[in-house]
Amino acid sequence: MESQGVVSPSPHIHATTHKRSNLARSQWLWGYLMIAPFFLGLLGFYIWPIIQTFYFSFTKWEAFNTYSWAGLDNYKRLVQDVSLLHALRNTVTYVVMFVPMSIILSIIVATLLNQKIRGLAIYRTLFFLPVVTMPAAVAMVWKWLYNGDYGLINYVLSLFAIKAQNWLTDPKWALFAIVVVAVWSSIGNNMIIFLSGLQGISSSYYEAASIDGAGPFRKFYVITLPLLTPTIFFVTVISLIGAFQVFDLIYMMIGSKSLMVENTQSVVYLFYKYAFENNDKGYASAVGIFLLVIIMLITAVQMKLQKKWVHYE
Amino acid sequence: MKKMLISMLAITTVIAAAGCSSSPNETAPAQGQGNATSTETVELSFSSWGGSAYKETNDLLIQAFTAKHPNIKIKIEDTPNKQYWQKMEAAASGENLPDVFWMNGPRFASYAANGMLQPLDDLIKQDKVDLNNYPESLVKLYNYNGKQYAIPKDFDTIGVWYNKALFDAKGVPYPDGSWNWDQFVDTAKKLTDPAKGVWGVAAALDSQGGYYNTIYQSGGSVISDDKKKSGYDSPEGIAGIKFWTDLINVHKVSPTLAQMTDTEPLDMFQSGKVAMLWEGSWNATTFAKNDYLKDKVDVAPLPKNKQQSVVIHGLGYAMSAKSQHPKEAWELLKFLGSKEAMDIHAKTGVAIPAYNGTQDTWVKSFPNMKLQIFIDEVKYAKPYPVSKYTSKWSSLEPEILNKAWAGQVSAKEAAKQLAAKMNEALAAEK
Repeated sequence: MESQGVVSPSPHIHATTHKRSNLARSQWLWGYLMIAPFFLGLLGFYIWPIIQTFYFSFTKWEAFNTYSWAGLDNYKRLVQDVSLLHALRNTVTYVVMFVPMSIILSIIVATLLNQKIRGLAIYRTLFFLPVVTMPAAVAMVWKWLYNGDYGLINYVLSLFAIKAQNWLTDPKWALFAIVVVAVWSSIGNNMIIFLSGLQGISSSYYEAASIDGAGPFRKFYVITLPLLTPTIFFVTVISLIGAFQVFDLIYMMIGSKSLMVENTQSVVYLFYKYAFENNDKGYASAVGIFLLVIIMLITAVQMKLQKKWVHYE
Repeated sequence: MKKMLISMLAITTVIAAAGCSSSPNETAPAQGQGNATSTETVELSFSSWGGSAYKETNDLLIQAFTAKHPNIKIKIEDTPNKQYWQKMEAAASGENLPDVFWMNGPRFASYAANGMLQPLDDLIKQDKVDLNNYPESLVKLYNYNGKQYAIPKDFDTIGVWYNKALFDAKGVPYPDGSWNWDQFVDTAKKLTDPAKGVWGVAAALDSQGGYYNTIYQSGGSVISDDKKKSGYDSPEGIAGIKFWTDLINVHKVSPTLAQMTDTEPLDMFQSGKVAMLWEGSWNATTFAKNDYLKDKVDVAPLPKNKQQSVVIHGLGYAMSAKSQHPKEAWELLKFLGSKEAMDIHAKTGVAIPAYNGTQDTWVKSFPNMKLQIFIDEVKYAKPYPVSKYTSKWSSLEPEILNKAWAGQVSAKEAAKQLAAKMNEALAAEK
């Protein structure tokens, strides 16, 4: 609502500024009206529950959702909770394995699918299918693929005389097996985002590079990657946040009786156990806030670091 | 004008979305959307976890009930057992429990003590429901502080289901129930064939089907009578656990815990990978309908140790204390506890009905299986261990015992750990 730079003699000033501020005000009003639905949703479904969770983290819950004030008890318990420490370690291991793998593979797939090849639409659809498949179905099928005795993966390995592994029941493999499924599920989503980022790179750069005699790999490293960094930054932030919140795959693929529970349970898995299986919603809220703080810190660090490597045009 | 229209559209969309998205609780529509006219059609919500096994039974029950009460509609909500109690818990705190629902021993006390269930004594007296028609132990299970809160639905005991074809392949005679632990292990050894990928038994990490029974058989108990002390760390408790861990780690007649985590013991039994499985009477329908098993399966009584014993449990029907239609809900409850409803259970074979005298029909429902053993076992049966907040310690059982199953700690070690945690939980119960 900047001024139009009109300078009028005094008798008109009042009229024009009045018109200008009316225009400004009505635009301002419409703007807020347009974002109101989204903002109300954000307030009601995200902000308010976060405030509630913060409040509940200071309470103790009894049977049938009755609760009482408990001060800092939950947080005192939190710093001594060994299971939570293990869960955090599992979560960080998961994040460190998942995020780079997912992003690198998605960039490669997106680059490959950014060319005019035959059947492009089919390839893109195939890669996107895991994204629209129900997580429960994905977990069930992959669980059978990973089955130690009867699973397809071990069967295929046996054809190459490779020893069968207990993918979901061996501490060496359990978390990695889950990461593989998660990466497989995520490529489609990230691929779409990277494709739009790639298509935002002007082809004139590539033409100029071709004239200078650059080959495909050089073009990739010198043109594509640097100009893709804003998209990479976005996907990294989103992926990190999502990865720290991993729950459903682990919950569905590792049974509650499995020995691997301690080796794979994530912070949110523990949150779920405390909140809904042990009915300890006060403590669970404290765990939730704990995770929130960690994710906020990591995101803040990323925001600070972006100046160093993200190339904005 | 156009802007006005667009923003109105946007706001209505958000409000509509907000309204639609916030009812994951399916019991909501049933409660007193009470067409409050006088000969109202009342809709009652009825919750169970019976699953597909109960489809026929539930249909017949509803048919029979609606024939007598045409103005009452029943809405069945079936939830898998794993999520049933979380759902009920949420419903209870939202004062939104179904009108009538399945109740079990472990959860009963917490619901009754917190006023979630309607006491039934007056209604029972007024309509002359005779509680002598049900086994006394079951009636007592659903009595809290002298008030009756549920009517028994069924009871179940545990047997050794076995695969006759696998017995025949090894020339082993079928068990007649006169066996003890050593003879059971021997039989399992004869049936185990690693070359064929077949084991004698699946030593599942299972309380009701497994170690609760072996603890009783050793002369111990899981919880003391006064509900204050755990029985896991007693020598008898340890023996009960050791029976199972030995099957896996010493006698090697069972798949490992890792293998049973990848593939459910029930699936292993139903595909001929294990010859025997300690499981409940409620599996009769599932096994009888299983294409592979139906002509091969039979069942025998549990082997004995110091004594013969088996854990008995029974579900009950309870009524919400806050039902919007208490009169109609009671009619449904009364019907479900009646001989007619019990006969339907018996005929469809889903569970051993609690009503005295109706069990014969159940036994005859699948004549190729010796279902009578489940009834015979009642005479030496011991109650399913419960306390006021049972799940606080029972949920720890698989978490702590699994290390013993995997052979990482001894049965004694795991049992002692579990007892310590269980005693903590019991001490916290008020």
